[in-house]
Amino acid sequence: MRMFDAVPKQVEEELSRRGFLHLAGMFVVSVASTQAQNAGPYPDPNYRQLDSWIVIHEDSTATFYVGKTDLGQGTGTAFRQMMADELDVAFEKTKIIMGSTDVTVDQGGSGGSDAIQVDGWPMRRVAAEARRVLLEMAGQRLGVGVDQLVVSNAVVSVKGEPGKRVSYGELIGGKKFNVALSGNDVNGTTGLAKVKAVQDLKIVGQSPQRYDIPPKVDGTLKWAVDVKLPGMVHARNVKPPVAGAKLVSIDEASVKGLPGFVRVVSKGNYVAVVCEREEQAINAARKLKVNWEKPAEAPFPASEDLFTYMRAAKPMSERKTPVVGNPEAAFASAAKVIEADYDIPFQGHTSFAPAHAMADPSNGQMTIYTNDMKSYGMRLGVAKFLGIPKEQVRVIWMDGPQGYGRTAADDAGFEAAYLAKELGRPVRVQWMRDEEQAWDTKGPAFTCKLRGGLDASGNMIAFDYDSQCCNYGHVGYNEPDTVLIAQLMGVRKNPPNAGGGATPDDMYAIPNRRMSSKVVRLPLIHETPLRTGNLRDPNGPQVTFASESFMDEMALAAKADPVEFRLKLFAGSTKDDSGFKRARSIAVVKAAAEAYGWKPRSSPQRQAKGDILSGRGFAYSFRSQTVVANAVDVEVNRKTGQVWVKRIVVAQDCGLVINPEGVKGTIIGGTLHALSRTLYEEMTFDTEKVLDRDWVNHPTLTHMDSPEKIDIVLVNGDPNPQRPDLPHYGAGETVCKPILAAVANAIFDATGVRLRRLPFKKARVLAALNAVG
Amino acid sequence: MSKISLKVNGASHSVDVDPTTPLLYVLRNDLDLHGPRFGCGLGQCGACTVIINGAAVRSCVLPVSAVRSEITTLEGLSKGGTLDPVQQAWIQEQVPQCGFCQNGQILTAKVLLDKNPNPTDEQIRKGMAGALCRCMTYYKIQAAVKVAAQLKKSATGVGA
Ligand code: FES
Ligand code: FES
Repeated sequence: MRMFDAVPKQVEEELSRRGFLHLAGMFVVSVASTQAQNAGPYPDPNYRQLDSWIVIHEDSTATFYVGKTDLGQGTGTAFRQMMADELDVAFEKTKIIMGSTDVTVDQGGSGGSDAIQVDGWPMRRVAAEARRVLLEMAGQRLGVGVDQLVVSNAVVSVKGEPGKRVSYGELIGGKKFNVALSGNDVNGTTGLAKVKAVQDLKIVGQSPQRYDIPPKVDGTLKWAVDVKLPGMVHARNVKPPVAGAKLVSIDEASVKGLPGFVRVVSKGNYVAVVCEREEQAINAARKLKVNWEKPAEAPFPASEDLFTYMRAAKPMSERKTPVVGNPEAAFASAAKVIEADYDIPFQGHTSFAPAHAMADPSNGQMTIYTNDMKSYGMRLGVAKFLGIPKEQVRVIWMDGPQGYGRTAADDAGFEAAYLAKELGRPVRVQWMRDEEQAWDTKGPAFTCKLRGGLDASGNMIAFDYDSQCCNYGHVGYNEPDTVLIAQLMGVRKNPPNAGGGATPDDMYAIPNRRMSSKVVRLPLIHETPLRTGNLRDPNGPQVTFASESFMDEMALAAKADPVEFRLKLFAGSTKDDSGFKRARSIAVVKAAAEAYGWKPRSSPQRQAKGDILSGRGFAYSFRSQTVVANAVDVEVNRKTGQVWVKRIVVAQDCGLVINPEGVKGTIIGGTLHALSRTLYEEMTFDTEKVLDRDWVNHPTLTHMDSPEKIDIVLVNGDPNPQRPDLPHYGAGETVCKPILAAVANAIFDATGVRLRRLPFKKARVLAALNAVG
Repeated sequence: MSKISLKVNGASHSVDVDPTTPLLYVLRNDLDLHGPRFGCGLGQCGACTVIINGAAVRSCVLPVSAVRSEITTLEGLSKGGTLDPVQQAWIQEQVPQCGFCQNGQILTAKVLLDKNPNPTDEQIRKGMAGALCRCMTYYKIQAAVKVAAQLKKSATGVGA
């Protein structure tokens, strides 16, 4: 075994160049002189120091240090583009280090699609500040005022005298800036310099290839799953057979004689087996005999009874948006009132690979190698969980399989840290497929009741939205009471999380509107496989499925074309101040309809060719300033119930686009992930455990489902599109919202059957088709 | 434990492991070949794919003692420092999102194209169907397989 395999190569290189050898394990042993620096503790990097963000090397290349993580959408590449552009260094001459808590400032890791929208700003500002400082230094060196200087590709020269020049490397290469920054928090970090006008950006708006793709394709990337350390052992968990079970006893003799056996570790209801080799740990965890006692009360209703249970359950909390107009009066005066219920089940993150992490307790510190998207949260959470100061914990982020929110409650990192502390040796933990499928965090289930009123001319004059959701555990910054190991050990949040509902965030100008969302709880809210977590726009896909399906139901009642019906609602006037958002919504809806070639007509069309019924559908969504619309074509096989989404048009306005090809990749991934949730994904459970625990019984979208054609239109719908300060909004999660309803609307167009319960599995579609004959 | 000899990417190795150990763990933990990865351990996803005798094989369900022929992993795909046309196409088309599944996608595509240099859209879908991706890069993969087919042809054309 190659013993030292821990820190990603680029991190290793950069750290040694910076002169801080933050290396673990083997290096500490073999490079004794650096031991003091390696040993920790690991104080927070200071965001108010330019040196925490940018290092310029002697060869005029730059390394950026940012507190974010890249979930595979190429945000690292986008950060480099933004910072290189402000700094005036060629993109290829830059590198980036992300998400390692001891060397990058705390920007919270990933989440909420805010990487570009929020965190991109301090990155741009600090890079602009570095450029300003370098220009000042160059002015002194060359004996001219800063206004006499031009800079290109890290070389500063005197205007009109290109021979008079000095490079960034010559000015500061290998040395520190020692420049203080200001800002009340990391998001506000700034120097004196202003960022460039959009018109002056040269690298932003281009599509350099993602730097992380070649090593992912040729097999050279070091992933979090690849970390190896001297003296390491492997652990596997033994989960309770049913939710809420109590551990009675462990028969350690059942595994003691097995090869490589090291130890059984258990506390409360948490049980792990540790062995020298990975396959030995897997084998021992399967063989370990544990006695469990079932809970007296069933932890949850069976999945087929879930919505009945949820509708009848007493809410724990309610969230209301301010009432617009007078909904009651409007409904009373309406010519037509439409009402519909929509049900969305629990859906898993079901990441491609299960939870995993390595923890190293060397030197009395705790280093965790992980793909945790919120490495800073994990650092705080683990410190609290283990009862040690956060300065003793560092979390090194590395690439991993994405679960899009799964690692906001990163169980394996906490488990590895706990076991490493217990054993005094580096421990690698990994869950098995069935554990991940059953026990990962879940996207909350929703049941939504919608009501709409039309006046005599078919205008939508009233809207009422009321939902109940199972979202009680909804937190997501690796809090020590959200991870499973802590809950199994009896850690409880007191009082329990109130959870949070969600309401549509469309921009329709409906003059009378009331919206309320309630949280209901299942009997068991801790130690449960139905623990909710942030699944890629935590509630957006569910709520938007209901609201955008309902918009088509309203359009049908108004005998209107669904796109025209929506556009009319954007044009309406209300007292709120949403004009900016509404203008951009109009631009995106029109762009999608145009790219699709949408001809106005009302649904359903019921076009049939043999057993294949075809139809089209539309949906729109808004989230945190980003607008998306989908137009899709579907084919429904009336003999089998199989749905194929043949064509998808996505129009999106996310403001200033940093890397168009990167954004397109994100759009395709997010859209198809939501399509998988539309067609296949659903947690099934009886009254005590999750039932379908592999890819055969819990299917996902596959190559067979991939659309024939995806068209993407990037829209700049800003009312002042040339403004020099055009903002960059988040691209990730808004795209996950509209496709569910777009497909439902297209199935209705194809078949005349309205599906109001996700997902649209073959059997469910077929039953619905047969029910209407 | 027993001594087992393996030939991987042109090199011979001898390991001392339980003969029932799935090949995946031996490749990853004993031979430091990290291209194949654990996704399901059930033969359902393709993350652990390696090539044996020209076939895409799931190393998570193959006991190491059952291996008779040379194994090629993702690391062994490039020839003389040049990436395989499939890998080149993957970079050109910027296929991966997180990339974790791409070992399985790339090796499955390689085997598909070795057997059928001109696959139709339907043959690509069917040939790739068992390789799962939770980032849903299917659309880009299917485009990249076609690009790889072209690259392969031009590479063969110049006798490479
Ligand atoms: S890990 Fe082998 S097929 Fe999934
Ligand atoms: S690229 Fe992430 S699982 Fe396929």
